[in-house]
Amino acid sequence: MMPFTMPSLIAVDWWALGAVIALSVGAMLLLVLEFVPAPPASNRGAFVTLLALLAAAGSVLEVRDARRSLFDGMFLHDGFTVFFTVLFCVIGAVAVLQSWDYVKRTRINHGEYYALLLSSTLGMVLMAASNDLITIFLGLELMSLALYVLVGFRRTRLDSSEAAMKYFLLGAFASGFLLYGIALLYGATGTTNLAKVAMFLADSPMIGNPMLIVGGLLLLVGFGFKVAAVPFHMWTPDAYEGAPTTVTGYMSAGAKAAGFAALLRVLLVAFPPLMSEWRPILSWIAALTMTVGNVTALLQTNVKRMLAYSSIAHAGYLLVAVVAGGLDGGSAALFYLAVYSFMNLGAFGVLALLGRGAEERVTIKDLAGLGFRSPMLGLAMTVFMLSLGGVPPTSGFMGKVYLFSVAVKAGLIPLVIVGVLNSVVSVFYYLRVTVAMYMQEPGAEPVEIAWAPSAAIAVVITLALTLWWGVQAQDLLTTAQRSILGLL
Amino acid sequence: MLALIPALPLAAVAVNLILGDRLGRRGTAFLACGAVFASFVLAALSVIHLASLPPGARTMVADVYTWMRVGDFKVDVAFLLDPLSSVMVLVVTGVGFLIHLYSVGYMAHDASFRRFFLYLNLFMFAMLTLVLAKNFLVMFVGWEGVGLCSYLLIGFWMDRPSAARAGMKAFVVNRIGDFGFLLGMLTLFAWTGSLDYERVFAAAPIVFHPGTLAITFATLALLLGATGKSAQIPLYTWLPDAMEGPTPVSALIHAATMVTAGVYMVARCHILFTMAPFSLETVAVIGAATALFAATIGVAQNDIKRVLAYSTVSQLGYMFFACGVGAFGAGIFHLMTHAFFKALLFLGAGSVIHALSGEQDMRKMGGLASRLPWTHGVMLVACVAIAGIPPFAGFFSKDEILSAAFASGHYGVWVAGLLGAVLTAFYMFRLYFLTFRGSSRLTHEAEHHLHESPAVMVAPLVVLAALSVVGGFVGLPFQEGGRRLTTLEGGAALERWLAPVFGEGGAAGASHAVPHLSFTTEWALIAVSVAAAAFGIAMASRAYAKAAGEPIAEKAPRLYGLLEHKYWIDELYDTIAVRPIRALGDVLWRFWDEKIVDGTVNGVAYVVEWASAVLRVFQTGFVGTYALFLTLGVAALIAHYLVR
Repeated sequence: MMPFTMPSLIAVDWWALGAVIALSVGAMLLLVLEFVPAPPASNRGAFVTLLALLAAAGSVLEVRDARRSLFDGMFLHDGFTVFFTVLFCVIGAVAVLQSWDYVKRTRINHGEYYALLLSSTLGMVLMAASNDLITIFLGLELMSLALYVLVGFRRTRLDSSEAAMKYFLLGAFASGFLLYGIALLYGATGTTNLAKVAMFLADSPMIGNPMLIVGGLLLLVGFGFKVAAVPFHMWTPDAYEGAPTTVTGYMSAGAKAAGFAALLRVLLVAFPPLMSEWRPILSWIAALTMTVGNVTALLQTNVKRMLAYSSIAHAGYLLVAVVAGGLDGGSAALFYLAVYSFMNLGAFGVLALLGRGAEERVTIKDLAGLGFRSPMLGLAMTVFMLSLGGVPPTSGFMGKVYLFSVAVKAGLIPLVIVGVLNSVVSVFYYLRVTVAMYMQEPGAEPVEIAWAPSAAIAVVITLALTLWWGVQAQDLLTTAQRSILGLL
Repeated sequence: MLALIPALPLAAVAVNLILGDRLGRRGTAFLACGAVFASFVLAALSVIHLASLPPGARTMVADVYTWMRVGDFKVDVAFLLDPLSSVMVLVVTGVGFLIHLYSVGYMAHDASFRRFFLYLNLFMFAMLTLVLAKNFLVMFVGWEGVGLCSYLLIGFWMDRPSAARAGMKAFVVNRIGDFGFLLGMLTLFAWTGSLDYERVFAAAPIVFHPGTLAITFATLALLLGATGKSAQIPLYTWLPDAMEGPTPVSALIHAATMVTAGVYMVARCHILFTMAPFSLETVAVIGAATALFAATIGVAQNDIKRVLAYSTVSQLGYMFFACGVGAFGAGIFHLMTHAFFKALLFLGAGSVIHALSGEQDMRKMGGLASRLPWTHGVMLVACVAIAGIPPFAGFFSKDEILSAAFASGHYGVWVAGLLGAVLTAFYMFRLYFLTFRGSSRLTHEAEHHLHESPAVMVAPLVVLAALSVVGGFVGLPFQEGGRRLTTLEGGAALERWLAPVFGEGGAAGASHAVPHLSFTTEWALIAVSVAAAAFGIAMASRAYAKAAGEPIAEKAPRLYGLLEHKYWIDELYDTIAVRPIRALGDVLWRFWDEKIVDGTVNGVAYVVEWASAVLRVFQTGFVGTYALFLTLGVAALIAHYLVR
C-alpha cells in the first residue's frame, strides 16, 4: 500500500468535487435547520434541496470537459461521471418538485425527508464517479441506507414499514454478497481499483480461477439486486408499492440508474478481458428479467405494483445494452437510462397527484375516467405509458430502437427477438391504464386530483423531455456517446 | 413543402387541443377539413412538379432533420415523394378530405364532435407520415400511429361494450403484425446496416443471395406485419369487428387508407420480395386465399357494414396476390380504384344508416331507391364498379390483376380470383337489392324519420361516384392515342408512371415480371372476367330482386305461382349455388372465425394469464422466501461456473 498523502487539489478539482460537496453540505444543513422552528407549511427543506441539487449539477457542468483522477484514483471526474451526476441531480430535482406538496398532503413533511433524499443522491453520484470497488460500495450503502428509511417514511402505515423492513433485510443480504465479492476479487487480484484490476487481468489472464469467478459473480448479484434483475428482483414490487409514491418514482429512476452506472463502470473498465465469461450469464439474466417483469405485470391491478414489474422489465432491456458492451452498448445504456428515468418519474408523478390527504388511490379502477376529468393529466399519463411501451414518437421508442439496433449489430439476435416480443407484450398492460382513463366511467367515488403548481411543473418537465427525446434524439445520443467515450 | 403535407393535419390537432371547445362545431369542422384540403392541394402541386421531371429522376426528398446518428448509421426524419408514394398521398389526402367533409354531416349530432375530428386529423398525420416516409423507422412511426388512431376510433363510442371489445381485438391482432414488422426491420438493419429505403434496397442485392434464409425471413416477417395491418389470413378477423366505429371511420381507415398500408409496404419492398421467391409465392397464396375466402363469407352477412368489411378483406386479397404474382403496379392500381369505390360504398351505407336512424340490418331495409335517390344512385355506381363491369374503375384494375396472374402462370390463383369475382358481384348486388329494391321492410319508427342525407354528405358521395366511374382510365394507354382499348400495349398511364419505381418491364401493362399475353388471350380473359361479374349479378338479381307489389297475382294466379317461384329455377339455383355458397360462408364464418381463429387468440391470452398467475405464486410477500430465492439464484450462478 502506498502511504496516504494529502491530495493536492487544483481549481478544476474543486469544481469536479463541487457536486459531492454541495450535496453533503445541503444534507447536513437540512439536519441542522431542523432545530430552527418553522411553520408546518414551510417550504424551507424543498428550497434548500433544490439549491443543493442545482449547485451540484452546475458545478460539474462547469468543468464537464475536464478529466481528473482524484484521491489516488478512487474518484474519477470524466464524461461518465458528469453524465450521471447531472442525471441524478435532475432526477432529484424532479422528485423534489413532486414531493413539494405531496409530503405536506400526506403529512410526512419532516426535514429528514429531504436530507435523506440528498444523501441518497450523494450516494448515487459516488457510485457513478468511483473507480474503486470500495468507494462504489460506500456510495451504494449511502444511497441504500437513505432509501430504506425513505421507503418506510409513512410511518403510520403498515405497508410502508413492512416494505422498508423487507427492502432493508434483503438489501443488507445483497450488500453482504457484494462485499464478499469485493473481498474475493481483492484476494484474486490484489487490488480494488478498477483500472488496476483491468491491468492485472490483461497481464495475467486468470480465466477459470474460482476466486476471481465467484468474486465477479457475487459482484453481479449485488448490482443485480440494486437494478432489480431476475432472480434478485423480488423485493421490488413490495418496496415500490409500500413506499411513498414520490419516493417510488425517485428510486425507480435514480437507484436503477446508479446501479447501472456502477455495473457499467465495473464491467467496461475492469472486466473486458473476462467478457466471454459474463456475457452469456448476463444474456440469460436479461432475457429472464424482461420476460418475468412483463408477464407478471400483465395481471397487476395496482398501478404502482404494475410499474414496479415494468421497471424490472426495463432493467432487462438495459441489460441487453450492457451485454452488447463496448462504446455502442454503453451509450445505448446511458441513452436508455436517461429516457427511462424521466418517463418513469413522470408516471409516478401523475400517480402521486391522486387521492385526498394521506389516502392512496393507485389502482387501475381509480384511474377510470381520468382522461376526461383532467385532460392534461390524462394526456401526460398516456404519453408516459406509450413511451414505456416503446410506441413512437416518444423517447421510449427511440431508446428501444437505439438499444435493439446496437444489440443487433453486436450479433445478439436471439436476445433482440426476446426483447422485441417482450416490448410488444408490454404494451398491453400499459394500455390498460390508458383504456381505464379514456374508456371507463369513474366509480362511485371518483378519485380526487391534488393539483399543485410544483407538481404540475414536474409533470410538464417530464412530459416535455419524454416527447422531445422522441422527436429529436440526436442531442442526447451525442451526449451519451461522448460520456461513454472517456470510460473506454 | 413535402413535410408540410403531414404537418398540416398535425397542426390542426394542436390547434384543436389548445383552443378546445372555444372553437365551436363550425370552427372544428372548418379547421379539420381545411387542414386536410390544404394537404391535398400541396400534395397535388408536388405531384404536378414531380411529373414535370424526367421519368428517371422523379423523386423529391425533404430532409427535415437528423433523428439519430451513430457512426455511419443515420436515421433522418425525411420524406420521399416518388411515383409510388405520389399515388398513395393523392388517394389518402383526396379521399381523406371527402370523408372529412362527409363526417361533418354524419357526426353533426354527436356529443364528441371535437374529439372525433381530433382523432381523424391525427390519423391523417400518421397515415401521411407512413406513405411519405423515406426510411423504415419513419414508416414505423406512421404505422404505429395509424394503428393507435384506428384503435381509438373503433372504440370511439366507448359506452358500447362491443366497441371496446372490437378495439381491443384490433389492437391485439395488430400487435402481432407489429412484431413482424419490427423483426423484419431489425433483420434488414442487421444485414444492410441501414434503414433508409434507398440504402437498404441498394445494399440488398449485394448482401443477400436471392432465396436465402435471411432474405426470406426478413420478407416473411414484413409480410406478417402487412397481413396484420391489411387484414389478410391469418390476421384478418379484427377488421369486420372494427365496424363498431363510426361509418366514416370505416370508410377512411378500414377501407380506403390504413388497411392498404400493408399492400403499400409490400410494394415498397418489392425489390426484397422479388429476391425471396418463397415469400413472394406466399404473398400470392395468402392474397388469393383471402380474396376467395372473405368473399364467401361476405355472402352470408346481413349487417350492411359487415358485408362491406368482408368485401374489403377480399379486395385487399386481390391487391396482395397482384403483388405476389409480381404485378406490383396492378396491386397499387387496384388499391387506388378500391379506395374510390369502397369509400363510396361505406359512405353510401353510412348515408343509409343515417337515414334509417342507425339501422344496419339489411333485412329491415328494402325499397329505399325512391326514398334516397342520391344515395341509391351512387351506391349503384359503386356496386357496378366493384363488380368489375366495364368501363367502371374496378373492371380495369381487377382485370389487370387477373390477367397478370394468368400470364405469370399462377393458374390456381387465377381461378380463385375469378371465383372471387363472381362472388363479389353476387354479394354486392345482394346488398344492393336488399337495401334499395324490393318492398320496404322498414320499422315504423325508421319509416317515420326517413330522410335523404344533407348536401354536405351527398356532395362527397357524388365526387367519389365520379371517380369510381373514371378512375380506371389511368389504366388505359390513352397517351398513346388509345389505339386499342386494352391494357395490352404501350403501357397504361399508371404503369408508366410507376415504372421508375417498379422498373421498366417491357410493354406489358401488368408488370415487368409478368410475361406478355397474346392479343387474343388478353381479350378472352377480359371476356371471362366480365362474364364472371355478369353471372354474379344475374344470380343476385334472381335471388333478391323481388318486386314490391304483386299485381300479377290477382290477374293470373297460376302464372303468378310459377313466377313467384320463378319457374322454380331460383330454388334450383338456390340448391345448387346460393345455398351451398351461403352455407359454406356460414360455416366458414362461424367455425373458422369464431372457433379456430378467435380460439387461438383466446388460447394465447389464457396461457399468458396462466403463466402470470404462476409467477404470482412465488411473490408470497414473505421476506424469507425472497431471501431464499436470492440465495438460490446466487447458488445457481456459482454452480453454473464451478460445475461445468
